[in-house]
Order: sequence, then structure tokens, then C-alpha cells
Amino acid sequence: MLYDVQMTVNGQAVSGKVEARTLLAQFIREHLRLTGTHVGCDTTQCGCCVVHVDGVAMKSCTMLAVQAEGKAITTIEGLAAEDGTLHPMQQAFRDHHGLQCGFCTPGMVMMGVDIARRLPGADEKTVRHQLEGNICRCTGYQGIVEAIIDGSAKINAVRS
Amino acid sequence: MHNFNYHRASDVAGAAALLKDVDDGKLLAGGMTLLPTLKNRLAAPSDLIDLAGVSDLKGISIEGDEVVIRAMTPHAVVAASHEVATAIPALAALAGGIGDPAVRHRGTIGGSVANADPAADYPAAIVGLNATVVTNQRSIAADDFFLGLFETALRPGEIITSVRFKNPSRAHYLKFRHPASGYAVVGIMVAQYASGVRVAVTGAGPSVFRVSAMEAALDKSFTPKSIADIAVSADQLMGDIHCSAEYRAHIVKVYARRAVEALTA
Repeated sequence: MLYDVQMTVNGQAVSGKVEARTLLAQFIREHLRLTGTHVGCDTTQCGCCVVHVDGVAMKSCTMLAVQAEGKAITTIEGLAAEDGTLHPMQQAFRDHHGLQCGFCTPGMVMMGVDIARRLPGADEKTVRHQLEGNICRCTGYQGIVEAIIDGSAKINAVRS
Repeated sequence: MHNFNYHRASDVAGAAALLKDVDDGKLLAGGMTLLPTLKNRLAAPSDLIDLAGVSDLKGISIEGDEVVIRAMTPHAVVAASHEVATAIPALAALAGGIGDPAVRHRGTIGGSVANADPAADYPAAIVGLNATVVTNQRSIAADDFFLGLFETALRPGEIITSVRFKNPSRAHYLKFRHPASGYAVVGIMVAQYASGVRVAVTGAGPSVFRVSAMEAALDKSFTPKSIADIAVSADQLMGDIHCSAEYRAHIVKVYARRAVEALTA
């Protein structure tokens, strides 16, 4: 049996027919062809699949597409401005070399934006703890932590 | 993951009726344990009944000397709650240490308590803070709720609606955290009430348990010294790839003392 799902993804209304067991990550990647959201571990540990669901960071590999019915989803593709200007968090990752192979980066950036929202002014220790659910095997995290602190400062400066 | 039928419940009675109607139904709360379990094909229910749309299962309230947390309230909401942080800071801290931030945004207290994972944090809060688990059928006292490994007093078709925590005069939760999973290798809730001290241990045994020798000693004298020599037997504790039963017994002793130190410093 297939289920109709409707949600908003990066500001666009989308719909589809999915199996009950279709994961939100699969729906985003395979149905919508938004392949910026990565699946690293498929076991809720690595955080490569983090997207925002109604503005809150969640692991899209551990959520069914049908559970996202009526929700507003933001993926990594939805962060930059239409003219291609990077989101402040993306720019911060670029400035601080917060990536190497890039596989974990979409999840790191989405979690970074979530940290900036919840914990403005978070210090290095807090940011490191907040990244417990996002695994990077290349960088040693230093550049990622610096990028999130800087990106968060820029996001919150615009807000205030 | 094997396929299944998906239902969206709009109220508790509807969810209970669906659960009764279908062949082998399971309730879906936050899904932070259930969905990984299904992915591993360790379970293959015929139907999932999603409780996310049941609005009266969400929220936190203070009722007399109790903190009431409704079953579908996510860990992140408990951790960030001003009411919880004011009434029982140890409970807010416990919720804020479960899993990782993205998991805390979805995982719920009702799901965690119903699942009764031996290494979950909430069982230490339920038993340590002398909570009452409220279901669609009855109220269950903490000491009667957890029966064993992944086993609770819940009957088939019974749905947790809220958990009521009794405010202690002081309480502290200390966890020896597994560095990769975030689960409790050992987690200890020490709580002091007018009626006595409660010491609840999660992670160490097949199910949460109280340490009555420590409780009696702390009732007489609430000091780290009074329990410094009280050992817990390793016989009933778990040994696995992470550490031995003897190691867990040692951590129980050390962490209980440190929890009391934190409360008396």
C-alpha cells in the first residue's frame, strides 16, 4: 500500500506516494532528488542526514516520510539565497575550512544552524558537546567548531 | 525494514482501539528506538500507530508537588523547560544528556519508559524520583513498573499518557556515559524526600534497581562518607563488551558517592 504525503521542502509544496517504511531521508534523496542530504550510517549516529523539521534539527534517516506529513522541511539545498549567496553558516564553513571530504558537511551545517538558533553565543565546549550526534572522520573537528562559533555569531548579529 | 501499515491516531482512545483491531500493532512515539529496531529487522509489526498527532499527550505542567510530563514530550523540551529546571533540576539535566541533540528533538519520555532499555536514562528518574506512570487504564507506581530487561508492567493495549514526578528536596543524576552511544554504562539518581532517600541505578543491571543499603545509610546521615564503603554485588549486574559486571559494581559505588558529594558540596 502506498501513502500520499504532502509537505513543504525548502519553501516549495511537494507531494508523493510512499511506502509506510520509506524514510524521510529516502524521500528527500530518491523522490525529490535532493541529494545534498547524505546517509552515512543509517543507524541514527553519524548526523549526515540532519535536516530541519519545522525549524528543528532531526535525523532524517530515523524518521518516516509519512511522519513528515504537513511539516516544513529545510535541507542543505534550502540554505543559500536564490542568487547563490551562501548562508552565513555555509560561508563560515568555507572561511574556516570546516570540511575535508565533505560527506558529513550537510549535516554539520544544518546542526550548526540549529545550534545557532538554540544556543546563541555558545562557547567551544558547548559546541563540541552539541556535535555529539555528528561524526566527521576527516577534520578532527577543529575547523568545524570554529566555523559554527563564527557562523552562529554572524547569524545572531543579523537577528538582534 | 519490513513494510507495515501506518496509522495516525488523533486521540488515545482511537489509538487503543486501533491497537486492538490490528494483527500485531506497535505504537510509534518518537521512533528513536523503534525505527532502528525495525531497520535491523529485530521486529516486524504489521501496523504502526503514530501518536504524534495526539495533542493532549504533549506538554509539561506543575500540579501541587508534582511535575507532570505528558508521554509524547520530547527530551529536548524537558531539558529546556523552565518549570522542570526550577522544580527538579536533576530531571532537566538527565533529559539533556540523553543521546544527542537531534535524538532529543524526537525521542519522547513515554517511548523511553515503555521500551525499558536497561541502559536508558529515564528509568533512573522514574524510580529515583518516585514517579507514577499514568496510562489510559490506571496509575502504576515506579517501584511496580519496571519488571526486567525491556519488560514493564504495561499490559497489551495499555498506553502511557503521562509521568508524574514527585518533587524531592534535592536530587542529582550522574551518568557514566558510553562515549559512542550516549547510553548509561551506569546512571545514578540520588533523591532526598521527607519520607527518605532514594538511590536508583540504571545501566548496570538488566533493569533499573534501588540500592537499599545506601538509602538506609543516607537516611541516617546524608554525607558522601556514609556510603563510601557500601559495595554493590556484581552478581546480578551486566557484563558485556563495554565493561565487566565487577567494573559496573565499582562505578555504582563511586558514582553514588559523587552524586551525594555534588548535593552536599
